[in-house]
Amino acid sequence: MSKRTYERPYLRKLNAGLGNKFGTRHSQLPVTEIDGVPVASIMEEYGSPCFVLSEQTIRQTYRNAVRAFGTRYPKVQMAWSYKTNYLNAVCRIFHEEGSWAEVVSIFEYRKALGNGVPGNQIIFNGPDKSADDLRFAVQNGSLIHMDHLDELYQLSEILATEDLKARVALRINMDTGVYPLWDRFGFNYENGSAWTAVTKVMAQPRMQLVGLHCHIGTYMLSAQAYAVAANKLCDLALEIRNQYQHRIEYLDLGGGFASGNTLKGSYLQGSDVIPTMDDYAEAISGAILQHPFGMSGELPTLFLESGRALIDDAGYLLGTVLALKRLGDGRRATIMDFGVNLLFTSFWYEHRISPAQDYSSHHEDMVLYGPLCMNIDVVRENVSLPLLQKGDRVVVHRVGAYNMTQWMQFIQMRPNVVLIDTRGQVHLIRRKEDVQTLNSQELTPAYLEANKGS
Amino acid sequence: MKISQNIAISENGFLFNPATGDSFSTNDTGKEIVRLLQEGKNQAQILDAMEGLFATDRASLEKDLADFLYMLGNYRILDANTAQSR
Repeated sequence: MSKRTYERPYLRKLNAGLGNKFGTRHSQLPVTEIDGVPVASIMEEYGSPCFVLSEQTIRQTYRNAVRAFGTRYPKVQMAWSYKTNYLNAVCRIFHEEGSWAEVVSIFEYRKALGNGVPGNQIIFNGPDKSADDLRFAVQNGSLIHMDHLDELYQLSEILATEDLKARVALRINMDTGVYPLWDRFGFNYENGSAWTAVTKVMAQPRMQLVGLHCHIGTYMLSAQAYAVAANKLCDLALEIRNQYQHRIEYLDLGGGFASGNTLKGSYLQGSDVIPTMDDYAEAISGAILQHPFGMSGELPTLFLESGRALIDDAGYLLGTVLALKRLGDGRRATIMDFGVNLLFTSFWYEHRISPAQDYSSHHEDMVLYGPLCMNIDVVRENVSLPLLQKGDRVVVHRVGAYNMTQWMQFIQMRPNVVLIDTRGQVHLIRRKEDVQTLNSQELTPAYLEANKGS
Repeated sequence: MKISQNIAISENGFLFNPATGDSFSTNDTGKEIVRLLQEGKNQAQILDAMEGLFATDRASLEKDLADFLYMLGNYRILDANTAQSR
């Protein structure tokens, strides 16, 4: 007689009471494939954990954003936000699609150049640009987005000394009616700092003020806030035209568009509450087109630096159950081979996690821990999943943004990252690290080297 | 280790404890363990029987059985004075 399929024993107390208005629906079907490639085969070849990126999803998401804005506004230019995911393969897909580069450090700047982006298609943002960085970017014809007056004075000095001219923009922060107000970057609109900066730039013969930039926040749940921001930038651009008879060539509305992830503490699923790309496009385009600045004279180019909304959905993290245990209060705990070291975004998202193999109808509530010997390594504080067992595989969804740039080399190494191309071929795009990767950066003083093993 | 008297369990894994009024849901494996407990089997005997019934290894069975018995004791399905002595 053949033996029965084993599933670990399970016991759940049935509680009567008010029904759950959301029902008891659990995590749909197992996710056994990504873009037609079996999850099991990826993990067998590239190990566990492993990040997977879908080229097809990247291109579809990008084209949807271009369509949303392009059908509402005649001059739109996307600039890929390097900090969101600066793996070269990812950047090159966005550049192939027509995206410029938006960088916030010289490290990212050099990556963009290495990816074939012409200097004059790089937007150099961020508060940290050294004299050398500025000189290099100006010589390359890049757009310098200034964050503070110290940078402005430093750039002015470089331009005078080196007999150079720079195309610059000012980053403006403002009250758009959302909390928290991001006022640490750029010059404040309401208190007059922005206008002061404008007057200082306009007084610089070697600086050409070509753009105004803002980045009002991240994971913005209100499209209307962008309309407020666009209006304020238009007000400023109009004032510049009236005062100086100077034309602002572009408005950069930054990024911050939300992805479909669910924020911690959110009552509803992320995908149910976030504005669509069309909502953002309608708010921004409508505001510019209806503003006196947009209605008179040539329209400015609209720059967008969206990162999260363009790449989050394309990223998956594959992982394996290491162990199960029962906590002191009776809760089930499941320990995975990935934690906050790889999934930095689990600090603020309740990531959707799917089993990668068939399972029965039984589910249980559990805490999902990572592998780190560190108490805060919690991937999900409470999630209902099937009866996972040691060795079972799971797929974490929407991890494409920030995780592959903010990941920590803490206790564990960073894993392989693969890309599934549009034909379903799997490519390794970043090798996993090992002890040699780290040791290659370390130096042991000779007197300690001599004592080795003693 | 003794299961409480009058525990009722249905074919589809619905378990009822008339002493407390609590009801529970369990799966095929849990149902089998409850049945073996009702037959008066001890932990080692249950392990032997389960090993013959299910396609899995002894270590997994041992680990999962210990956890399941803990939950049964926690919900007062195993008699309190025997749950401690298992």
